Order: sequence, then structure tokens, then C-alpha cells
Amino acid sequence: MIWRYFVTPLPTKLDESQLDEREFTARCVMKINKGIEGAYVFSSGKNMGVFKAVGFPEDVGEFYKLYEYAGYCWTAHGRYPTNTPGWWGGAHPFALLDYSVVHNGEISSYDTNRRTIEMHGYKCTLLTDTEVITYIIDYLNRKVGLTLEEIAGVVAAPFWQVIDNMPQGEKEKYSYLRKAFSSMLITGPFSILAGFEGGIMALNDRLKLRSMVIGEKDDMFYAASEECAIRVLEENLDRVWSPKGGEAVIATLNRGVL
Amino acid sequence: MKRVYVNEKWCLACHLCEYYCAFANSNEKDMVKALKDIVINPRIRVEQKDNISFAVSCRHCEEPLCVKGCITGALSIKDGVISVDQNKCVGCFTCILCCPYGAISPGDESVIQKCELCTNNIHGSPQCVKGCPNNAIVFEER
Amino acid sequence: MGINLLYPEYEVARNMDRCINCRVCERQCANEVHSYDKEKKIMCSDDSKCVNCHRCVALCPTRALKIVKTDHTFKENANWRGSIINEIYKQAESGAVLLSSMGNPNAYPVYFDKILLNASQVTNPSIDPLREPMETKVFLGSKPNSIQRDKDGKLVNNLSCGIELSVPIMFSAMSYGSISYNAHESLARAAREAGILYNTGEGGLHKDFYQYGSNTIVQVASGRFGVYKDYLEAGAAIEIKMGQGAKPGIGGHLPGTKIVGDISKTRMVPEGSDAISPAPHHDIYSIEDLRQLVYSLKESTNYTKPVIVKIAAVHNVAAIASGIARSGADIISIDGFRGGTGAAPTRIRDNVGIPIELALASVDQRLREEGIRDNVSVVVGGSIRNSSDIVKAIALGADCVYIGTAALIALGCHLCRSCHTGKCNWGIATQEPELVKRLNPDMGYKRLVNLVSAWKHEIKEMMGGMGINSIESLRGNRLMLRGVGLNEKELQILGIKHAGE
Repeated sequence: MIWRYFVTPLPTKLDESQLDEREFTARCVMKINKGIEGAYVFSSGKNMGVFKAVGFPEDVGEFYKLYEYAGYCWTAHGRYPTNTPGWWGGAHPFALLDYSVVHNGEISSYDTNRRTIEMHGYKCTLLTDTEVITYIIDYLNRKVGLTLEEIAGVVAAPFWQVIDNMPQGEKEKYSYLRKAFSSMLITGPFSILAGFEGGIMALNDRLKLRSMVIGEKDDMFYAASEECAIRVLEENLDRVWSPKGGEAVIATLNRGVL
Repeated sequence: MKRVYVNEKWCLACHLCEYYCAFANSNEKDMVKALKDIVINPRIRVEQKDNISFAVSCRHCEEPLCVKGCITGALSIKDGVISVDQNKCVGCFTCILCCPYGAISPGDESVIQKCELCTNNIHGSPQCVKGCPNNAIVFEER
Repeated sequence: MGINLLYPEYEVARNMDRCINCRVCERQCANEVHSYDKEKKIMCSDDSKCVNCHRCVALCPTRALKIVKTDHTFKENANWRGSIINEIYKQAESGAVLLSSMGNPNAYPVYFDKILLNASQVTNPSIDPLREPMETKVFLGSKPNSIQRDKDGKLVNNLSCGIELSVPIMFSAMSYGSISYNAHESLARAAREAGILYNTGEGGLHKDFYQYGSNTIVQVASGRFGVYKDYLEAGAAIEIKMGQGAKPGIGGHLPGTKIVGDISKTRMVPEGSDAISPAPHHDIYSIEDLRQLVYSLKESTNYTKPVIVKIAAVHNVAAIASGIARSGADIISIDGFRGGTGAAPTRIRDNVGIPIELALASVDQRLREEGIRDNVSVVVGGSIRNSSDIVKAIALGADCVYIGTAALIALGCHLCRSCHTGKCNWGIATQEPELVKRLNPDMGYKRLVNLVSAWKHEIKEMMGGMGINSIESLRGNRLMLRGVGLNEKELQILGIKHAGE
């Protein structure tokens, strides 16, 4: 059963908690996901919606009446479940607040990442690696205050041999990020699209064990696992390219592709 | 040229070099068969007094007194290695008297014997070096 | 002489058909087991003196020797075993505490042997370390709680000083005194060559080895031997030793007969007087005292050296570790009950402490539950025997391991467990010059470097199999482990699933 609520935190409760609204909301999500059996909050953003289902894409679109929505950034993900039976809750994206992640791959660092992020108040309840990536991005961006580019330097950190050959400033930055957040390095194959307020980030694992293609046409930005997916939407692209492993491609609403 | 050098700091006076030398020059394949029930007469000998010990064998001097002193030309130096031609040796033992290191001695089956860096036996490289348990004997360029 | 109730445990088996009377066995045995009978022209042996160290066996050029366990036996008794009866005979004779060396040899469970590693198949490719980079570099030290930026928005490096290692292995504390000068030189040179650290133990630092300072951990233990400003400043890190796995709860004792020459100078103990390390530090009777010592050491080295606190794995190790993680220490080192020693009372060695696997698992979990795991790095020791033990330890949550016994074995130790006699035939646990010279550091350091690099290759191979290409993604990755033959409670403490789950 899927229910959709539009809620704001009760002002008195929010004040009582001495937390900001986002942290309060995130904690409520964790509490429900962990504490109420069979109940999960899949979408908790202010300016972001998540729609999950099992079925053909066009039927899902129909079911949720997606044609009634307008947005500047969309991610869609048809899942071929890697190693679990498909269920609608396991469909991507995984989201917390205004962060959403779709992920293609299977990370080998899962338990290291999970046990680390759980130390910071997150609870991994859905037993999938995508969930942990979402929480890491939320933690590093919202709580620690790293930029998305810096986050890419943590989760898909450059190899030490690359860092050692960087110019001084870059070298200091990337070795700091690796040392300070070493347990949030993600290994194993992944290509992720991380949505956030104002844009999207595309990122591959540092060995590029999964494919990822970027397309650009005028002010439109496309990212997909396969080029054909982009071609379906836009045949005449200005530019098509594959980012390197670990190289973050960040597209924002006003500042273009970074 | 590579020579056998000894480092008394690491010599344990275990005397294994003497046995490996005697074995190497026996041209036997089994050490037991070569050395069982015999008194060995090796070309390398461990000198020791108090706590100091080291193995002594031919230094292969650049200007060898033994070669100079040899009355028949049985001793010669070739590529730095001093070797004996047993066919020419008449057993005068002048070389034994000349050698300041005492590295030449009467042989069991030959008249004299000396270290020829195992170039004259089936091994081809110094077996005392190979058998030393503590790298106290080394075969190297210096 | 009266009655001798003890029958020798080992017998020298000499194959007379192969013995060539070279007498190397006689010359190399400091216990005087072998002798030559000039009349009969044969080698003889006195089995009662044999400690089974294999020096004679290893040097015998014709392989005429081997040492066998005696088949002489008491009437079979599963309770009053022969070893127990013999110990009573010894104590009835001497009236003394039994002494032993090296780690606990008894048949307690070895959890590393009951844990299996994972490998990738299909969905997540394994990685070939010969083709792709495979990173084993680690940094030990505390991690910042928050980031700072300068006025241009650039990240400020607010990491505390730490240790960088090419591979998560360090040589554990073994003092100059308990082991020889040449053993120390081998460890120091190997540490430098392999890009890791060795540890002085509580014996001070010989002036010859100050040159290896950036690869040295200097230890401050309860006896404070050899501790002064230059010593603290010489190392890359300072370790406060609170306890040792082989003998938790008790101190150390280096007899005055061994306090001679350089050892006296290095320890700063007068020649001939006993060097006694008290059981506790006499200035540490609670956690705030520890904090004070941590900061005294940091203060005296101008906050340039990370401080390690080493404890023995005992029953409430998790609570102790939690306290240490809040004490300002950068690294906690935990020593399991199988850890080695130069000498310990047998009863303590064999009966006090807990296995390192369980201690590590509970410490790591506890620190995470309290949100302070990043305050410290965790180093574990106490019988890390091979590279798979290391991989399992790291997956359980360790940052790095200490190896002591394995390093000594690489140097030639045959685990005869007679270090306390001071007559180590391998030149390791002795100070007798003619024995010490048997360990040539030129050979010793290479063997240590070989061991570390061989293990590094194996670690990379195992990581690659799991689809992990950086050691930090293995740390605490307990999903990569499965138990076999473990009960629910053991699995729960280890935080792993059973094989098949």
C-alpha cells in the first residue's frame, strides 16, 4: 500500500528537538524505517519526489500520473535486481530529504560504509548498497559541509599514485579527503546519479567497472548507463562523452555542467 | 674481479666451510659418501683464537708470491684465478713456504692443493660461500 | 644428585650412517647437548639439555639429525597430563614460579581459523592486482570531527599527526635486552625498507638506531627505562604500554646479569641492577591519570607525535578501550592472550586474558556504538600468523596489526620457548656476544622485508578477490567474513554471520 502525505514538522516538536527542520525530518524517517515494521518512508524531500513500482516503465508512469508533474531534473531507473528478488521498495532511487540516488552496480565496501554511516545516526534498513550511498552523500553534504566535487573525492577517491602526482594544492586537498573520510570510500562497480536541490551529479567508480555516458544538447544535460538511452530522448546531441572513473560530472540549474 | 672475502664479525667458527670445501673438491655427489670416516683436508681453514675467528683461503693476490716462487711454472694466474697444473708440479713446496697466508697445503691425492674458487670441480662457484650460514664468507666484486 | 624425576621431553635422533663427525652441532649448541667421544670417534648427545630449537638440525650438513618427542610416557590420564605432572616435579624441586617464553601454546580456540573470507562472483567483479592498482597504504591516527575552511573556502588540513604505513603491519614492541642488538638492527632496517614501523619496547633506544627514528615507535612503560627528551623526540610515535597480552596485570623483570654494557646505558639502569617494570604505572591509577600522561608526552614533543596506548585483551577490554578513545590517545593497540614475551610466569601466560579476535570485535563495535571509532585507530596483535589473519583482523575492524612472533620466526626463531634462559641459539633472545653474532642483520632484515612484501602480495590478492581495491574499504567490512563451527554467541560477539547464511 502506498500512501502519500504532505507534512511539515509540528512547530512545537521541532522547537523541542532543538534541531533544524531537515535533521528533524531525517531522524523521523530513520525512526519510521527502523521502528515500524513493514513501514518505509521512500520520499521525504521538499522539492523532490520519488515514485517506485514493479512493472513496465510506461505503466509506472501511468500509475503515478507522472504527466501531471513538471521538474527541471528527472532520473529514471529500470532495475535488474543484482542479487535480490525485485520488490517495489527496492526500486531506485533511494532518497533522503532532497537527495536521491540511482545506482547501477554492487559495492564491495558496503559493510565498511554501512557501519561507518550508522555511527553518525543513520540506520540502514533496506539492505541495499544504494541506501548507504544516499546516506553518505547526505551526511557529507548536509552535515559535514563538503561540496559535491569534494564528495566525489571521498567516495570515488583518486588512487594514491594519482594524488602523489597532483599539483601541490590539489594533492593536499585530495589526500586530506582520503585520510579524513577513509571509511566512506566506495569500492566495487558503481555508476550513480545523485540528484540534489538544483542539480545532478553523475559519478563512476574509480576503476570504471560500470559504463556511464554523458550527453549535452543546448541547455539540456543527459546522463545514462548507455548512449542509446540518451539517443531515444535526443538524437542530435552537441556532445557525447564518457567521464573517466572517479570523475564527477555535476550539472546545476544555473551554472551549467561542472 | 670477484673474490672470496671473509668478515670475521659474522664468523661463527662453525667450520662448515671446511666441510663444504672438502666435499666440493671430492667431486662426489653425496656428502656422506665423500666425508664419512675420513679426516678432511680442506683448502679453506678457520683460524680462531679467543673470540675471534675467520676462514682463510687463497686470496688470489694480484702479485702472487706463490706464482713468482714456483720453479716449474705449475702455478699460474689466469683471469685473476691462481690455479695449479698438477702435471707440472714437482713437489718442491716452495709455494707453501712463499704464501704469507698459509693458503697452500700438501694435497691428499695431488702434491699440493689450493682454493681455485671451485672452478676446478663440478660446482663452478665457491661452495664455502654457499654453505656459510651467516654470510661471513662472501664472493663479490670490491 | 639424588633422584631425577624428569625424563627429557625430546630426544636427539642421530642417523649414525649419515653423521660425518663435523661437530657443527657441538659447536652451535649453547645448551651443550652434543659432544664428541674421541675414543669411540662418534658424536654423543645429552637429551636432557635439549630445548628443541633446531639449530643443530638446521646446520647439520648431511641432515643426520632430527629432534623427536620422546615416547616415554606416564600412565595415560586426560586430567593429570604428563606436562602437568612434570611441572609439579619442577616446582617441588625448586619452590619457584614457573617461567615460560613466547605465546600461550595451549589448545584454546583460534577464531581466525574459524572465519572464512568472501570472494566476488558474477555481480561484482574480482580485481586482478597485477592489472589494477591495489592500495594497502594506511594512516593511523585520530580523524577530525568536522571540517574547517579558510577565508577562500579551501579545506584546512585539521588532521592530527599520524603514522603512514605502506601496508597495515608493524613490528610489535620487543625491547633491546629481551632481544639482541642484531635483532633490533634487523627490525629497524626492515621497517625502513618496507615503509612500516618497529617498536623499541621498554628498553630504550640504542644510539646507533636513532637514524631509523622515522620508522620507530618509542615505548614508555611502567619502568620508564631509557625515557628522556631525545628518546621521545626520536620516534615517529610514542606508545604507552599499559599491558601485554602474554602477561596482563603483571610487570616485567630483566635480571641484573643482563644489564651490562650497552643495555645498561640504553635502559639508563646501573650495570648489574635488576630492571623491574612494575605491574601498574605508578602514576596511573585511573583514566584521568592516563589522559595526563598522554598529554604530558604530547606536550613534551610539541604535539608532533601520535600517542599509542597499548593494553592487553582482558574481559572488559571494550570499556577500557572506550576510556582510552576519550583520553586523547590517537591509537589504541590491543594485545591478545596469545601474544609473545621474553619471559612470563607460565600460569599467567596460559590463563589470563582473552583471544584477540573477540577483543577486537567487541572494541570496534563498542567504539562505533559510542560514535568514537574515528577518535582512534585500532592496532591489534597477539598471534597474527599470516596474511589471512591480517585480512580477517582488518575486516573485523582493525586499522593495522602488530607482528612480533612472526617477525622473530622470520629471523630464525623456532619457537622453542626458552627465551628466558638467555641462551638463544639463533642469536635473537640473548645477549651473549658469541650467540648474538649468529644473527647477521644483513640477512635478517632482508628476510623480514621478504616476509612483509610476501604478505602484502597476498593481502592484495585476497582484497582483489573480494572486489576491494583499497584497504580502507576492507576495514570493518564484516560482511566479508563468515564463521564456521561457531556458536550463536561467538558469532554475535564477532559480529559475523555463519557460513551459508
